[in-house]
Amino acid sequence: MRHAGPHALSCFFPKPFHHERLVRTRAFAFNAAMQEPPPSAETAAPLDDLLLAVARGRDRAAFSALFGHFAPRLKAYLRRLGTDSQAAEELVQEVMLLVWRRAETFDPIQASASTWIFTIARNKRIDALRREQRPEIDPDDPALVPNPLEPADRMLEAAQASGRLQAALKELPPEQAELLKLAYFDDKSHSLISSERGIPLGTVKSRLRLALDRLRKALRDPS
Amino acid sequence: MKLPTHHPGDALLMDYAGGCLGEAGSLVIATHLALCPGCRHAVSELDAVGGAMLEGLEPDPVAPDALDAMLARLDEPEDPAPPRRAAAPVDVPLLPEPLRSYVGDDLSRLRWRPMLPGIQGVNIRLARGGTARLVRMKGGATVPQHSHDGLELSIVLQGGLSDVLGHFVRGDVAVGDGSVDHKPVADPEGCLCLSVTLGRLRLTGAMGRFLNPFLRS
Repeated sequence: MRHAGPHALSCFFPKPFHHERLVRTRAFAFNAAMQEPPPSAETAAPLDDLLLAVARGRDRAAFSALFGHFAPRLKAYLRRLGTDSQAAEELVQEVMLLVWRRAETFDPIQASASTWIFTIARNKRIDALRREQRPEIDPDDPALVPNPLEPADRMLEAAQASGRLQAALKELPPEQAELLKLAYFDDKSHSLISSERGIPLGTVKSRLRLALDRLRKALRDPS
Repeated sequence: MKLPTHHPGDALLMDYAGGCLGEAGSLVIATHLALCPGCRHAVSELDAVGGAMLEGLEPDPVAPDALDAMLARLDEPEDPAPPRRAAAPVDVPLLPEPLRSYVGDDLSRLRWRPMLPGIQGVNIRLARGGTARLVRMKGGATVPQHSHDGLELSIVLQGGLSDVLGHFVRGDVAVGDGSVDHKPVADPEGCLCLSVTLGRLRLTGAMGRFLNPFLRS
């Protein structure tokens, strides 16, 4: 498969929007539990709720809980990419400030909180440390070709999918996990690795496909 | 609307989603994403992989006063967003974003320079000295036989071209790596494409060896 065709899309029903009712109690419960071990996949939805609470009510308690969860992970992410501790702390602040300011644009149907925050951190690092622009599509661009199958059946329960994905990542054989880390954590593009080491891109691709097949199955398959 | 049939493939999409692909390669990928809903969806899945990997990292504790420092900053006034280069409104622009922000909408105002017979190019300057290039080929124009030490990424924006890998039209991405020795020929109506080279390009014919220095400039 060369790319994800629309035929392969899942069609989960979106989570009902009951956040308003649950957000505050969850926010404080979560806040109190911050010193506990890292939350497992089941807490993915509460993270989304915290972010929605920030978006809807400028809720500082919810934001503090998000900070408690994500700041140490963002710091680990940035340090993996070669940033020293001091610079990583500063960038974490910049990323979390963007989380606070852009929370209204978070859509739990499109992405989980972890995914949304990952993309902000990735782009901020490119901007701040590599001093490059990050070329991205403009969803409102009239030249953007829409998905012919876009509506209802595209909806994906992002938070649940995220939990399944985290479980699938832990099960990947080490050599496949290593291949993912190159692109996400080591700033080493598969394309250049292939040319530097004289491995045809096709070989890298076929190795990657094994890993991606497992992950896509986890993303799409609710069972 | 006809959708692209030649795609960048998982490795490049993951490099883009992971953030390790440089600006030049990312410009080609993002321009393809604007024209290819399938790859857009694939990238949204690869972003989710990034989110799950972030979750899986061993937390690295931040300074004890980090949260207080953070809360104190929440009311800071925001810097105004940098002005985007406003493109003249047209119904459906030929160039999709993000490419349009880099070069504008009016191709006739660009400084086209002759590269090879029937072929003109405009260099797009990127951060850190990187370059992408818009290339305009007249109908039937041919790029001399060449292969790549690195990787050549091209996306067709208008018209089409053919080489040993097939026929490429709007939105299609051609990925040339060292394994391909190719000689693209423009369709009769000509071809406009965006092209970047990650690594070095090498012409292989006798004429190619003569032209190599020009292509590197």
